[in-house]
Amino acid sequence: MQVTRDYSHYVKDMGSGLAHLDLAVEGVTCAGCMTKIERGLSALPDVTLARVNLTDRRVAVEWRAGAVDPAGLIDRLAELGYKAYPYEPVRAELAEVQQTRFLLRCLGVAAFATMNVMMLSVPVWSGNVTDMLPEQRDFFHWLSALIALPAAAYAGQPFFRSAFTALRARSVNMDVPISIGVVLALGMSVVETINHAEHAYFDAAIMLLTFLLAGRFLDQNMRRRTRAVAGNLAALKAETATKFVSPEEIREVPVAAINAGDLVLLRPGERCAIDGSVVEGRSEIDQSLITGETAHVAAGPGTQVYAGTLNVSGTLRVRVAAASEGTLLDEISRLLDNALQARSRYVRLADRASRLYAPVVHATALMTLVGWALAGANWHDATVTAIAVLIITCPCALGLAIPAVQTVAAGAMFRAGVLLNSGDAIERVAAVDTIVFDKTGTLTLPDLDVVNRDAIPDGVVALAGRLALASHHPVAAAVAQAAGAKLPLPDIVEEPGRGVRGVVDGIEARLGSPAFCDAEAAARQLLATDPEVSVVAFRHGEVHQVFAVRQRLREDAAKVVARLRERGIAVEILSGDREPAVRQAATALGVDTWRAGVNPAEKIARIEELKRQGHHVMMVGDGLNDAPSLAAASVSMSPISATHLSQAAADLVFLGKDLSPVLKAVDFSRKAVGLMRQNLGLAIGYNVIAVPIAIAGLATPLIAAAAMSGSSILVIMNALRGRSAGTEA
Amino acid sequence: MEVLIYLVPLALLLGFAGLAGFLWSLRNGQYEDLDGAAWRAIADDEPSPGQQQPGQ
Repeated sequence: MQVTRDYSHYVKDMGSGLAHLDLAVEGVTCAGCMTKIERGLSALPDVTLARVNLTDRRVAVEWRAGAVDPAGLIDRLAELGYKAYPYEPVRAELAEVQQTRFLLRCLGVAAFATMNVMMLSVPVWSGNVTDMLPEQRDFFHWLSALIALPAAAYAGQPFFRSAFTALRARSVNMDVPISIGVVLALGMSVVETINHAEHAYFDAAIMLLTFLLAGRFLDQNMRRRTRAVAGNLAALKAETATKFVSPEEIREVPVAAINAGDLVLLRPGERCAIDGSVVEGRSEIDQSLITGETAHVAAGPGTQVYAGTLNVSGTLRVRVAAASEGTLLDEISRLLDNALQARSRYVRLADRASRLYAPVVHATALMTLVGWALAGANWHDATVTAIAVLIITCPCALGLAIPAVQTVAAGAMFRAGVLLNSGDAIERVAAVDTIVFDKTGTLTLPDLDVVNRDAIPDGVVALAGRLALASHHPVAAAVAQAAGAKLPLPDIVEEPGRGVRGVVDGIEARLGSPAFCDAEAAARQLLATDPEVSVVAFRHGEVHQVFAVRQRLREDAAKVVARLRERGIAVEILSGDREPAVRQAATALGVDTWRAGVNPAEKIARIEELKRQGHHVMMVGDGLNDAPSLAAASVSMSPISATHLSQAAADLVFLGKDLSPVLKAVDFSRKAVGLMRQNLGLAIGYNVIAVPIAIAGLATPLIAAAAMSGSSILVIMNALRGRSAGTEA
Repeated sequence: MEVLIYLVPLALLLGFAGLAGFLWSLRNGQYEDLDGAAWRAIADDEPSPGQQQPGQ
């Protein structure tokens, strides 16, 4: 049966006869790739637009509707050397893009208004001490009002809305003092202007908004960017299923287009994308991503299969029970929800600071007002001074202090192969004192590896490797990988559940189960010395060989564990796999605390126990069974090979074959939190100096504006130091 | 000081032109891919979208 790929689910109709498709592309790193892809796609007939987005690593393609097959575009990209997959942005990402755009628009308006109001304010400041006529000053003040009032009404929306929501919920956030300060300052300035006073505060109010919006934008932009790249990676993992559209015709479709009740085909070596029950066929299922158990489970008609499991030997027809929500997934997502709710109690550093900050600012301003009134000043002067206090303490630097560090740290971590899912993850990683690792797929590489390669003659390995290329079996893939085989042998026959055979130099060669290759004695001998390996036998005439295959530890795992210890972090292993396998890994890594055969609920229980003891726990895992414990831990990390649900639950996702990103995440986070504290210190230090001046009634708008920008710039410069963390791992 | 009558509106007009330009470019999606834009500026003979390169 010939499989056709059906991506029509992703194609958007643009109207006027144009079709549009967004593709996530792997490996786009430079300008060269950009031109190569754009030219390569534009050269295809009927393609009207091909544009690469280098920031998000995506390509937008448009063509005359019906003239181009989307699968052909993906093949064309493959010819050019790029792996691509249709991309559909998730709703959260779309909302984030819109939010970022809105913030940028607000920032543009506020920056425009600041520049123009400043242009009018400087002549007033200098004119007040020289020769400016009162009429001219009033004219300038009115002009400032004309610019600043509508600009603030528009650009202040993010703060006003948030403050309003907080007040309605009877709580106070940082946006409340900001909103009160801005509104009061503008209102007072209008009154002052009407009364022909010397000073107005339009410049201070609008400049404050500009700086705060810059901080918000930085924060938002960091999240948007990592979410976009993480979304790409999820799409590139290409979760598709082969669906029967009729009893005879199969078609490869994205999982999103599969419904309960559909019949799908699951071939050997394929990872299952849905939950369902087997209708026809016999095979073995590798459930290691679900349970952590590496031994295979037999499957036949009636057996339940779950998304994330790997079909090993035979072809199965599966009736879909659920493509995205199902029995096992339901259970796990229920645990996940509970765990996530428990974690939302975490308070971010910025929120903690502002929780203290808001009452202090309000109290100081109020006391200034009352104090001056009692001291005999008139209400007008007392109010003006109180507003100056409110403005000068407004958390300009505070608003920038944390987002600026987060953005810089997220960029640095991204270059080190770590993607952040949430901004406050940095603070939570920095607090970690215990790391719990899952074994399968996390400490070990997700793919299998031949361990007795050196004991087998090169010629045999090479031949076995070429045979192995004909099979999808993961153990065969390990043999092909070990041999570095590139050329498949012609006329290979696959016997389901047993192995592959073909004729080489006139003699039959076989690769498969020991029984299939008459190598049972050798296999028994090998298993007696090392019970943890999987075996695959090879036979060519009289030559017999048995390959031992096992999941290999990530190369730098031992080093990373040792380095983590040096930093005062305790390391534990919690695995669903059998005891001997876990013991072996723990010994190799020098980890004393480990448990084997643990189910998801027991994993959560252990993490809760550690948390009760006052530890900050980071969970690193990849399987479906890890997802709830990932959410239960204070902070969590997943390799990019993890199941979809685990990645969604993880705060950080790391790329590549090494474990070192875990160490780098810790180092960068610790440095970043150090910088955040310094920045908060700077912001507070600035207030300690500036507030008494304002209370004393000595702060002219010029001084307030200069001090405010000075402190903001200082905070940004300090944040830039987070680019390197001095990690040598 | 009569000159202010011309200069102030002129300055504001320039400011508005800048703001309008910014909003226009934002709506046009010119801030969607800043990394790519940096490279496009120095890439030579970029084909205009949809146009086939001669000889390809």
